[in-house]
Amino acid sequence: MAARTVLQQADITRALTRISHEILESDHGADLVILGIPTRGVLLAQRIGAILEQLAPGTAQVGALDVTMYRDDLAKQPTRTPSPTLVPSGGIDGKTVVLVDDVLYSGRTIRAALDALNDLGRPRAVRLATLIDRGHRELPIRADFVGKNLPTSHSQRIYVKLLETDGQDLVAIFDEEDHG
Amino acid sequence: MTQLRHLLSVRDLDRETAVSILDLAEDMADVATRAVPKLPTLRGRTVANLFFEDSTRTRLSFEAAAKRLGADVITVSAKGSSVSKGESLKDTSQTIAAMGIDAVVLRHGASGAARVLADSGWIDAAVINAGDGTHEHPTQGLLDAYTMRKAKHGDGSRGADLDGLRVTIVGDILHSRVARSNVWLLQTLGATVHLVGPETLLPQGVDGWPVTSGTDLDAALDDAPDVVMMLRVQSERMLAAYFPNEREYARQWGLDDVRLARLAPDTMVMHPGPMNRGLEISSAAADSARSLVLDQVTNGVSIRMAVLYLVLSGSGSTAGSEHTSGLSV
Repeated sequence: MAARTVLQQADITRALTRISHEILESDHGADLVILGIPTRGVLLAQRIGAILEQLAPGTAQVGALDVTMYRDDLAKQPTRTPSPTLVPSGGIDGKTVVLVDDVLYSGRTIRAALDALNDLGRPRAVRLATLIDRGHRELPIRADFVGKNLPTSHSQRIYVKLLETDGQDLVAIFDEEDHG
Repeated sequence: MTQLRHLLSVRDLDRETAVSILDLAEDMADVATRAVPKLPTLRGRTVANLFFEDSTRTRLSFEAAAKRLGADVITVSAKGSSVSKGESLKDTSQTIAAMGIDAVVLRHGASGAARVLADSGWIDAAVINAGDGTHEHPTQGLLDAYTMRKAKHGDGSRGADLDGLRVTIVGDILHSRVARSNVWLLQTLGATVHLVGPETLLPQGVDGWPVTSGTDLDAALDDAPDVVMMLRVQSERMLAAYFPNEREYARQWGLDDVRLARLAPDTMVMHPGPMNRGLEISSAAADSARSLVLDQVTNGVSIRMAVLYLVLSGSGSTAGSEHTSGLSV
C-alpha cells in the first residue's frame, strides 16, 4: 500500500493548537461546548478542549455527539453501531457549539449532526472544526476551522490515526487501487 | 455490529450479540431523557403489531418503541379483526404485508408461530417474536437481562455481562415463555439460574436445561440469590388442576411479606407482569424498594427500540466490512 504521510504528530498538534486559538478569537467570551463526532472526532474534541483549558480556563466544556441514528443512508449501509452521546451538564441551550470531526468529505455526517443537535436543544451558534477537509461536498456545508485542506480524488482514501486508538498520530493518503 | 434479520429466539444470540443489544438499549434509554425523546431513524418504515393473544404492556411497549424511532405503527389484535372470523396466520400476515410492512411484531398462542412466519416465505418483512405460546418471549428476556445488568453495574454497565449473577425464577415454569427466554439468555450471559415451582408446573424436559431446579422456595431463598423473579400463574393456560388451590399456592410459592423480609436489601425482585397480587407476589413485595417491576417496563421500551433498529437498519444483504479500522472516508 503506497500511503503518503500528510501530517505527522507535530503537525497535528500544531493544527489543533491553531484551531483552538481561532475558536477563541471568533467567539471570545462565549460559553463554548466542544462536541466531537465519534470515533476520532471525540478524541480531537478532547484535545482541543485541553488546549482551550490552558489558553482560557473554564470557557469550554467537551462532549460527544453520536449521529448514527440521524444518518440518511441507514437502509443502504450495513448496520452501524451507535456510540454514546455525552452532553456536558449545562446542556447546549444558548451556548456556542463547535462540532469536531476528523475528515470533512460529503458533508452528510455534519448534516446528521445538525439534526441531532436540534433534538438536544437550541445553541446560540454552531461552528464546525475538522482536521482534514478533503473536498467533494454534496451539501451546502463548510468548515469554520480547518486543520489542513487536502485536495483528493474520490478514489483516494484518508487515514486518520490517533495515539489513543491507533498508537500513533498520523494522517496519510493512499490510492484505492493500492489497497486491493 | 451484527445485523439481525429476525428476532425469533434468544438461543440465536451469542454473548457478544446479546451484550451489544443491551449496550444499544442504553443509548436508546438516553434518548428518553432528552427534550425531544424521538429519533428520525426509522422514518418511513412501517411496523405491524400482529397480536393474536391479549397483551397490554408488550403491545404498548413495541408501539412506543417504534414511534420513538419515527416509524409508523399498525396494530392488529385478534379481537376486533378478521382473526376472530377464523382468518389464518398466513392470510392475515399476507394481507398486512400487501399494505407495505417492513417488520411484523408477532404475538401468537402457538409455540413456533414466529419461526413459521419467518421461514414461510409468505412475507418479506422482518419478524420479531413477541411471545409464541409457551416457547419464547425474546424481548422480555433481553429487558430482564438489561434490568439486572443496570441494577448490578449502574452507570458502568456498558459492555458488561451477567457473570456470576445468581437468579431464582419461581412459579409456573411450565407455561412460561418468559422463563424459557430468561433461562437461555441468562446462561449465555454467564448467570446461573435456579427454578422453583410445584412439581406439576416444572416442565418434564427441565433436566436438559442449563439450570438447577427444586420445589422448595424457602430453601431457595436461604441461598440468598441476587435476583428473585416471580412468574405469573397463567390460569388461562391451565386446563387441569396443577395445584390444590390459590391459598395453597400463595403459601408455598408466593413471595409474601414474611419471605420478603428475609431477602437481603439488595436482592432484586422482578415480575414480568401482569401481576396477580396476593397470589404469586404480595402487594408489599411488588411495591417494595427491591422491586424492579416498573424498571422492567421502562427498560422494555429501550430494548424494543434497539431490536427494531437492528432488524430494520442495514442493507438487508449480508453485512460486509464497511469500515477498516482507522479508515475515514
